Order: sequence, then C-alpha cells, then structure tokens
Amino acid sequence: MTAMLTSERRSDQAAAAPGSGLMVEARGVSKSFGTNQVLRSITLDVKRGEVMCMIGPSGSGKSTFLRCINHLENIDAGRLRVDGRLVGYEERGDKLYELKPKVAARQRRDIGMVFQRFNLFPHMTALENVIEAPVQVKGERKGVAVERARALLERVGLSGKADAYPAHLSGGQQQRVAIARALAMEPKLMLFDEPTSALDPELVGEVLDVMKQLAASGMTMIVVTHEMGFAREVADSLVFMDGGVVVEEGDPREVLANPQHERTKAFLGKVL
Amino acid sequence: MTEESEAIRAVRLRHPWRVLAAIVLVLLLALFVLDAANRPAFGWAAFAQYLFDPRIMQAALNTLALTVYSMVAGVLLGVLLAIMRLSPNPVVKSVAWLYLWVFRGTPVYVQLVFWGLLATIYATIDIGIPFTAPWIQFETRDTIDVFWLAVIGLALNEAAYMAEIVRAGIMSVDQGQNEAATALGMSWTKTMRRVVLPQAMRIIIPPTGNEVISMLKTTSLVAAVPYSFDLYGRARDISAATFDPIPLLLVASAWYLAFTSVLMVGQYFLEKRFSRGIGMERQTRRGSDAGRSGAVTTATGPVPGVTTTAGASSAAGSGSVETDGNEPENRPVDPGQTPTGKESG
Repeated sequence: MTAMLTSERRSDQAAAAPGSGLMVEARGVSKSFGTNQVLRSITLDVKRGEVMCMIGPSGSGKSTFLRCINHLENIDAGRLRVDGRLVGYEERGDKLYELKPKVAARQRRDIGMVFQRFNLFPHMTALENVIEAPVQVKGERKGVAVERARALLERVGLSGKADAYPAHLSGGQQQRVAIARALAMEPKLMLFDEPTSALDPELVGEVLDVMKQLAASGMTMIVVTHEMGFAREVADSLVFMDGGVVVEEGDPREVLANPQHERTKAFLGKVL
Repeated sequence: MTEESEAIRAVRLRHPWRVLAAIVLVLLLALFVLDAANRPAFGWAAFAQYLFDPRIMQAALNTLALTVYSMVAGVLLGVLLAIMRLSPNPVVKSVAWLYLWVFRGTPVYVQLVFWGLLATIYATIDIGIPFTAPWIQFETRDTIDVFWLAVIGLALNEAAYMAEIVRAGIMSVDQGQNEAATALGMSWTKTMRRVVLPQAMRIIIPPTGNEVISMLKTTSLVAAVPYSFDLYGRARDISAATFDPIPLLLVASAWYLAFTSVLMVGQYFLEKRFSRGIGMERQTRRGSDAGRSGAVTTATGPVPGVTTTAGASSAAGSGSVETDGNEPENRPVDPGQTPTGKESG
C-alpha cells in the first residue's frame, strides 16, 4: 500500500504545480443532489497558512463545499486537490480511479473537521473523545495520546473537564473539545462548519477565541460562519457564496465594507 | 386579600366511580378465586403434588437452558445480520435481506418442524468440495440431538427479530456521529464498533429484555421438533399418563409465570439503567423535532446533527415499524425525558 501511495503522490505532484503553496485547489467543482445542483463550478484557492471565511445564505453550498474537501461528499465535476493530492480519486494517465475506502480514510486523517452540532461521542469522556482517533486510527500508544490530549484540552481551556461526559458540558465547552479532538490528529487543514451557530450567544466568544488562537499558530483554516466580526478580524480572505456559486471573494475588510456585487450587498445588508 | 399568599385548602376532587369499579372488580375476582379453589376440575391436590415434582423441576431447567442458549445465539447472529444489512456492501446486504425474508416470513412452529426433519432431509452432513467425495461425513441423526435442533430452530428465528431491533438501534444513532468518526479517518467497521454500536446498545437492550421473556414462552413450541423435556412438554406427557391435564397445565403456567416475573423485574431495572441521560438524544432523532429540541439541548446535551434528514427520518420509520410492533409500552426512552444521571459509559 505504501508503494501505491508514493506512486500516487508522484503522479499527483506532476499534475499539480509542484511547490505551489496551495493547500486547497478547487477547479470547477460541481455537485448535485439529485436534480438540485448545490455547487456550480467552484474555483477557489486556499494557500498554506491561510484562514478563509465563507459566508452566504443557508443553502448556498458552503457546507457542501466543506464536506467535499474531506470527501464526506463526492464531487460530480471538476478537480479538487488538497495539499496537491486529488480528493477521493487517483489520476493515472488520463483516467480517474475511485480510491479504496482505506486510502480515502487515510486522506481524511490530515483534515480536521468541526461540526455545527459538535458531534462529540456521547459515550466517551472529553479525554476519551480526544484520544479515540489517535489510538484507533493512527495506532498511537495510549499513554502518548493521553499526554497529548491533556495538553490539547489545556490549550482549549478545558484541562479541568477531561473526565466529563459531553452531556455535562456546555455547548461552548463541547465545541472546544471537538476542536481538540480534531487537532489530536495533527491535521494540516482544519474545516469549521458553522462552529458557533448552535451555541447560546454568550458561549460564542470562547469558541471564537480558541479559533483565533489556532489561526495565529499558522493553521490553514476554512471557516463557514455567520460571525462577520471573526471574519473581519481573523480571516485572510472572505468568500461570499450564493446559489452554489462564488459571487465575490477578496480581502474580508474590503468585501465587508465595500461589497461589489448586488447579492453580496443585499446579504450583508441583512446580517450586519 | 391577604398580604402573604395563603396555602390552598380545597376539597379534593372525588372519584366515586373509580372506587365503585374497583370494589366490583375485587368482588368478582374474589368470587372467581373462591369458585376456582373449590372446583374439582382444577385438581389443586394434583397441582400441589406435581408443582415440585423432580421431572417438572428438571423440565423447568431445560426450558431455561433452551431460552438462554437460543437467546445468546440469536442476539449474536442478530447483531451480525443487522450490521450486514446496513453494510455498504450490496452482496452482504442482500444475504442479510434474504435471511430475514425467510426467517421472519415463516412461522417459528413450521421452522421447528423443519429442523426436526433435518435428518430426514439431509441424512448426512458432508464437509468437502461439492460433487467430489467428502473429506468428513457425519450422520445427522447421531451428530445433533433434538435439544440442539430446538436451540438452532429457536435461535435462527430469534436472530431475524433481533436483527431488526439492532438495526433500529443502529439507525437511531445520529448520522453526525458517523460523520464525525469518518472525518477523523475511522473506517466503516471501526466506526460501527467504537462509535455506533456502543450508543445503539442503550436503545437495543430494553427490547431485547422483552425478547427474552417472549423466548421463554416460545420454547413451549419445541414439541414441534419434537423435543419434549421442556416445561410444557413434560407437563403434557405426565398428564397423558394421569388422564388429568388441567392441574399440570396449571403447574406449567405457574413456572412460566414465576420465570417471567423474575425477568420482568430484571427488565425494569435494565430499562431504568439504560434510559439514563439519553432522553435528549432520542428526541433529536426525529427530524421534525430537531429544531425545537435543538434549542432546548444546546446547553446541556450533545445535540446530534439536524442536517441529516434522510438518515433520521428513516431511523424513526424503522423504529416505529419494526420494534413498536413488539411491545409499544417497551419504548426504551421517553422522548420528553431529561437527562438526570451520569452517562452510562
């Protein structure tokens, strides 16, 4: 399998511009659910270390795009590369081959994902949630994983909650555990799918703080959010999506202050 | 109007009809008991004589053994079938579907008769390559006695029902759990084993208790195999010799009732234990409730994704269709329940 992986990597690097600093490279990515086309030829670049915020009305395809990046959804058209490697497929010659589930799972290890509804494992404590994937997927020794998990929980401000079950944590605490859980796999890219939308207003700040700190540490992040303040303050780029297309993208301060497109103006007029 | 609010002292609402109905029913019951105690056909002397007859006691043990063996095998096979049915592999899925189709679609009594005829249909069991001389050959009749044929028959039938219970349990686990595990790089099998099944367990266990009680009674059908050393079979055989069936029916009933009573007490505690802290998770299962309960649960409980309409609605569907049919009062969790105790990890 290692041989296959290396050959795949080689062919992929040949296809992608070698040495390009792109973490995510979307070229004409399209996706339909039945007759409903949710993504229409999305072309986007996310550079290494970049923090990109995606905004837009619900149903605009932001979340679907995120889910395509770690192959929770298959794309129908276009090419989607993460760190130079095609997502979910392998290109040999001019043919695409579906990846085996095992290889696809291996790709996902490097991409952390944080969900709107946290999706912590309710039958495990905070600590067990964090060590689950390192131990079960990477085969890390439990002692090592626990040590790192404790450090991660401390980093998200929850060192005292290691033995608490998710049901006994507030939404903000749960989401911070979820972030720690994703970070435990040492991902090179973090995806946030409306991480604060399910939270009570007074709990939003604590989650955003952890994300800011993460951004400051140089993590590449794609954040689907309605937190314009966060976008303005932290993001390197802002993408406005509507109806499955990228309507406008650019510097967040510029787009938010001076939107060029009518639809962007209308949307921002409603949320700001 | 007083300054301090006064405690309400009102005349309690009376329920005269309830009291009257209770009195009438108790009187009727007393009448029936009195009559039954003196009715010669019930043969109470014989009842007392046979209740602790060594043959009956041995038969009671056999019935218990049938129940335990069949249930254990049925649960294990049922879990396997449920996982197979939900597997992404269409071959495996079809095999499970075929199994359920056959074993749920025919009466257990008929199945037991077929198992009894196994030796007639397949005189020998051959192990080897088909159409060549077998490497090992067993005489069916000498290899499997009727007790084990009964166990096989009961277990295979039970597995089909357990599979539906387990499947409903698995599907009741939020799709978001699946996604979170997948996003962490876990394989499908690992996701099942580490994330989905442990959570499904809490929903599976209460109806399984119900199945145990049901199985205990179903063992009385093993006469079809024919195995006759179970409780009912033995009672019937004794009464065939004494020409007095009624006291022995009462003896058998008394034992069945004793066993099911113990099991019901056990189930009460199991249900209490497994409904702790999961009321909210059950509630968010239902797609229609998701929005409302989401607001309620954000502060305290894990709120599994509301985004998954397909999975959630089909889970609710299978839950109500497949398991409700068994025993509606046996719903594992009251949806309105709030989490009280610690998570049962």
